[in-house]
Amino acid sequence: MRAGFSVIQPGIHSLLQDQGRYGRHNIGLTTGGPMDSQSFHWANRLCQNSPQCAAIEVTIGGLVLEAKINTSIALTGAAIPLSINKQPAALWQSHRIKPGDRIELGFAKAGCRGYLAVAGGFQASPSFGSQSTVAREGLGGLHQDGKPLQAGDQLPCAESADQPANQRLAQAQRPNPSTDNSAHCRVILGYQHQAFSSVQKQLFFSSTYQVTDSSDRMGYRLNGPAIKPAVDGILSEGICLGAIQVPADGQPIVLLADRQTIGGYPKIGSVLSLDLGKLAQVTPGGTVSFETISIEQAHNLLLLHQRQLDCTELEFVTAEASDNDQS
Amino acid sequence: MPPQLPISIAGENSLIVYFGDQPSAEIAAQIAQTAEHLRQSMADRLIDLVPSYGSLLVIYQPLLTDHFRVRQLIRQALQQLDKGKGEDSNKAPSQSGALVSLPVYYSTESGPDLQSLADRAKLSIDEVIAIHQQTQYRVYAIGFAPGFAYLGEVDERIAAPRLATPRQKVPRGAVAIADRQTAVYPAQSPGGWNLIGLCPQPMFDPSAEPSMPVQVGDRVTFRAIDRQEFIALGGVL
Repeated sequence: MRAGFSVIQPGIHSLLQDQGRYGRHNIGLTTGGPMDSQSFHWANRLCQNSPQCAAIEVTIGGLVLEAKINTSIALTGAAIPLSINKQPAALWQSHRIKPGDRIELGFAKAGCRGYLAVAGGFQASPSFGSQSTVAREGLGGLHQDGKPLQAGDQLPCAESADQPANQRLAQAQRPNPSTDNSAHCRVILGYQHQAFSSVQKQLFFSSTYQVTDSSDRMGYRLNGPAIKPAVDGILSEGICLGAIQVPADGQPIVLLADRQTIGGYPKIGSVLSLDLGKLAQVTPGGTVSFETISIEQAHNLLLLHQRQLDCTELEFVTAEASDNDQS
Repeated sequence: MPPQLPISIAGENSLIVYFGDQPSAEIAAQIAQTAEHLRQSMADRLIDLVPSYGSLLVIYQPLLTDHFRVRQLIRQALQQLDKGKGEDSNKAPSQSGALVSLPVYYSTESGPDLQSLADRAKLSIDEVIAIHQQTQYRVYAIGFAPGFAYLGEVDERIAAPRLATPRQKVPRGAVAIADRQTAVYPAQSPGGWNLIGLCPQPMFDPSAEPSMPVQVGDRVTFRAIDRQEFIALGGVL
């Protein structure tokens, strides 16, 4: 596969991510994948890609690329200023690109994770069936070593000769990050939730927690009223996406894309996946609150969300509209 | 087996089956068999399984099925377990799972904590090495890092708590003990276990299929090799 883009500057932390690495928990591999899967989905969709295509997850910003081919790109997620050849370009919209174009991302004004997709997807060699970069495991990414993008990297992708007209996602449909750096998460009670008394549960679900500095792709560590389960530790057991574990200090940790596969702390339940993208856009100092929903509500919400994705149509845009529509 | 093992909700697309509070060879075998059964019966509806010491996490595709149906499929898998037990009673759980023998170069050169572990246990180094080889271990869980298999249970005489200060770098292949568990570090990593030797056989190789020599439920024994054989098998000191 030929180089589609040169990395001029990698930015703060830019990772190749596809949907994630599945079916390998039995050998201890986590899934990886996008932290904000909805923004990731739309970036691919705007490039007319299948949802499995690899895109770049840009944390905070600073990525600069030079195009080598004719293709289209789209940036979604955090409010990261985008420019193409020094001209401001809209997010949540596809843009035609030609060889020599310089694509520059500034730094996030709201949220912290942007998704840059390209027509046909980035096409690095997969590790265990996925390109998703997992630093802790040294797996995935451009060189299959878990490293983030580096200056000088050549990103393989296919020339897209037959470029479609630019398309955008209607304003009302965009899962923009919150402007006040907060997230509200719906939680399905589970695991050891019965080890948390009703008083402890009420405390957890009525409190606001702060996102701490030691929050990353593995998990968001929160700070707020301590909650105490009636058990100290448990036999290490499988951890699902969004699980909320409570270590001995009573400060909850929401486990995310790069979570460990097994762990021995009690868990009160798991955050609905549809709310994890909003959470992943919150930066340290931001706030998180929780409410419970039933498993049946969760199933319904997932089905309806998929239906919504399937039924949402993109809008075609003219060149002028795209230049004037900054978001 | 009790007729109704607890099955709890874990998350929007996950159920967890609890087989028992105390890890044992029998439970490890039951978990491995249930996992295998569900791989067949759930097919596309299964996203992944996480077997561990006393539980099995079942992650399903919520757009194709739901927790009611998955619960039913898990119950069916557990019933098969009971049936299998009746029909094949001569196959004791201690005989289930593959038996894997791993070579170890035990020495103070390759195992920097061997002396302190022996001192603590009031045993000679040779006794520690002999006791470590006497047990047939069971793979209780795989996690922490790719290919890291938790093996139990270590003979009480050579059990040892984790180091007060974990090492920044434990070498690839380090054979280690923590409490009543033993393991082979699949790659260089930080770690707080007591190091007693080195195993030249790779425990995790992304380019190999399978990428690990063991899976949860398998049985593992260790056999001592000398320095020369360790080098000959590709070991690096």
